[in-house]
Amino acid sequence: MADHLLEVRNLSVEFHTAMGTVKAVDSISYHVDRGETLAILGESGSGKSVSSSAIMNLIDMPPGRISSGEILLDGADLLRMSAEQRRQINGKRIAMIFQDPLSHLNPVYTVGWQIRETLTAHGKSSAEAQTEALRLVTRVGIPDPEHALKKYPHQFSGGQRQRIMIAMALALRPDLLIADEPTTALDVTVQAEVLALLKELQRETGMAVIIITHDLGVVTEIADRVVVMEKGALVESGTVREVYKSPQHPYTRKLIAAAPGKGEMHEPHSKGEPALSVRDVRKAYGGFQALKGISFDLMPGETLAVVGESGSGKSTLARILLRLDEPDGGSALWKGRDLFTLAPAELYKLRRDLQMVFQDPTQSLNPRMTVYQLISEAWVIHPDILPRPKWREKVAELLVQVGLSPDHMKRYPHQFSGGQRQRIAIARALALEPQLIVCDEAVSALDVSIQAQVIALLDRLRKEMGIAFIFIAHDLPVVRDFADHVMVMQKGEVVELGTVREVFEAPQQEYTRALLAASLDPDPDVQAALRAARMEHAS
Amino acid sequence: MLSFIRKRAIASLISLVGLLVLVFFLSRLTGDPASLFLPVEASEEMKAQFRELHGLNDPIMVQFTRYVGDVLTGDLGQSLRKARPALDVVTEAFTWTLWLASITMSLVAGAAIVVGSLAAFRAGGFFDRLSSILSLIGASVPDFWLAIVAIVIFSVQLAWLPTSGTGTLLHWILPICVLFIRPFGIIVQVVRGSMITALSSAYVKTARAKGIRSGPIIFIHALRNAMLPVITVIGDQAASLLNGAVVIETIFGFPGVGKLMIDSILQRDFNVVLAAILVTALAIFLMNLLIDIAYALLDPRIRH
Repeated sequence: MADHLLEVRNLSVEFHTAMGTVKAVDSISYHVDRGETLAILGESGSGKSVSSSAIMNLIDMPPGRISSGEILLDGADLLRMSAEQRRQINGKRIAMIFQDPLSHLNPVYTVGWQIRETLTAHGKSSAEAQTEALRLVTRVGIPDPEHALKKYPHQFSGGQRQRIMIAMALALRPDLLIADEPTTALDVTVQAEVLALLKELQRETGMAVIIITHDLGVVTEIADRVVVMEKGALVESGTVREVYKSPQHPYTRKLIAAAPGKGEMHEPHSKGEPALSVRDVRKAYGGFQALKGISFDLMPGETLAVVGESGSGKSTLARILLRLDEPDGGSALWKGRDLFTLAPAELYKLRRDLQMVFQDPTQSLNPRMTVYQLISEAWVIHPDILPRPKWREKVAELLVQVGLSPDHMKRYPHQFSGGQRQRIAIARALALEPQLIVCDEAVSALDVSIQAQVIALLDRLRKEMGIAFIFIAHDLPVVRDFADHVMVMQKGEVVELGTVREVFEAPQQEYTRALLAASLDPDPDVQAALRAARMEHAS
Repeated sequence: MLSFIRKRAIASLISLVGLLVLVFFLSRLTGDPASLFLPVEASEEMKAQFRELHGLNDPIMVQFTRYVGDVLTGDLGQSLRKARPALDVVTEAFTWTLWLASITMSLVAGAAIVVGSLAAFRAGGFFDRLSSILSLIGASVPDFWLAIVAIVIFSVQLAWLPTSGTGTLLHWILPICVLFIRPFGIIVQVVRGSMITALSSAYVKTARAKGIRSGPIIFIHALRNAMLPVITVIGDQAASLLNGAVVIETIFGFPGVGKLMIDSILQRDFNVVLAAILVTALAIFLMNLLIDIAYALLDPRIRH
């Protein structure tokens, strides 16, 4: 069995906390060979990153404890080696890249220094390190490499930072690269580029890759084999095609079924007056034109998805429509009145109609307030909606409406999971009986299975209560299942606007086609077609 | 970098002008300057003569212009008690304070950074607990009490060190040790907290994955990031020493600016008081400028 490059056998890791002992991973086994890519797929809390931390000796002990198992690198057990031996392996034979390259690069040293450090820490001279760093940065496609080495991490874009991380990790030609959610924080087109780069480098060096991800699309795009984890246990393993086409474990089936982008598309037949009519909205921050004249109509009870990559101006648009930020020009007629010229007192009354749900419910819900307080606060601010004796009853009703239980009223936000917290945020928005809800990346931080539930909830509310949605997202498959119309934005401008079917099935603009081709599909066959389209697009 | 320093220097300059205005009006508007500047027993004639001599009967703006001119040429008036230029008296005392403050703060900063970093590296361990207790005590002990106890033990009972004054190196030991305790206690706590955050950060995880040794991880990767809040507190503590450690200087008979200010106030030597305020304020502005520059040197994100 020593022919595997790395083999994890019966690994169990526990964490001792004040709440008792938590088994993070329970007796898991997997292996990876040279030149092969293994994906570890799981949702948050599945323990998918724990085994790689154990491989890299990154688990803090205490509170962590490896209670059983071995990790064999070319047959030698890492867990029996001394700290110094393991330090020598880290970076040299096994390297790692992480989800958020900005926080994983040291902000106060130049990227050149950080790449050279990997080399010098394992015995290279500084002259060698300098030449090698330049070669690496050039190889991963950073423009003006010589100058780039003297720059600091914050001076690069997200995609470039991840390329730098890759350069740093591959400096000593490791046998194994562990990539922990390497593209999760990146835009779809950048994600496709980074994954392609990883594959190319793997072909060049013959290294093995372990990629840890929650995204079935990423698995299909890059991996040869996949192991699926749920609650610390390994529930399924096989080739990507096997696992996708004939999943054995119910959890895998659930995960595949929850992947967005397969449902019926909406067929809007909008007639009559638009509820919101936006014309030529402009906004500049200093010399930077964030919005260069945005216009669209939104019908009552319809969903307009605004998609675009970071820097496209989609969040600025949301903030301006709710007057959380002031526009430089343009108009937004809500039932015939211009939101941009309303006096504060009128705006205050109208704000009831317009609510917002943010990306991160952990940050947008006050941690010191109970669910009851969070939801009923709306009525403290707008006292004419509901007399105080009815509050409790109505909060209970709202909680049921968003799929929670009335008992949850007395609890605090930290006692809920991410998906539940987002439901609370939605209940809070509903408390004012709004007619328009702006969702700014409202499901982006959620696991796919939870994402599907929240989307279904929003769609139900739209149908039952006639609420209109402006749904801001970077994830195209999610949009496909939920939107009536889609507006594609790029650099502060509308690139394309049409019904969901028009945009997804017959995109008119080059940029829309590029976005669609870059978004990853969990189905290996569909993904192969997309990859072909991407190649064609690139050539 | 240069434009950053220029911006900070201009900002400091504006604050200094504000201070000048404040000091001037303090001395002119809080009553009749003649009775402020002259001894209590001065006669009306002497006061009238004083007003004539110093142009106190001129319109206030004229006086202010003249005052600014005087300050710019380094003329801060005469010390009434010592019959010397007030600025000379103050600079002399301030030099003593500056020495005391810089020696103390260098020792404090060096010791606190090492102790705090090591405590953070094994947070919750024996060394961490010990240093936490000691620094907590240090930060809470009143310095006047400590000074007196130190004199009783080391000067009176053991007779190792002189009780007060200056002259030999031995005279410096007690004031420095007593002044050391409190800032040390405070800064160790800040270094420890800041280092714990830095050591649990993502870039330290990267460094471990790169196979970097513990020493460089603590003192190169984490420490430089952890220094920003620490520098702020070091600046704060240094400023309070520069102001003149009034109590300590008085107890040890140390001829610094704090003692000078108290003496001058008691003796109604108003020109010296004003000069002392200006000089210490200038020093503190300069020090804040240095701290801003240190920030920029440590963190490139501030520079750009």
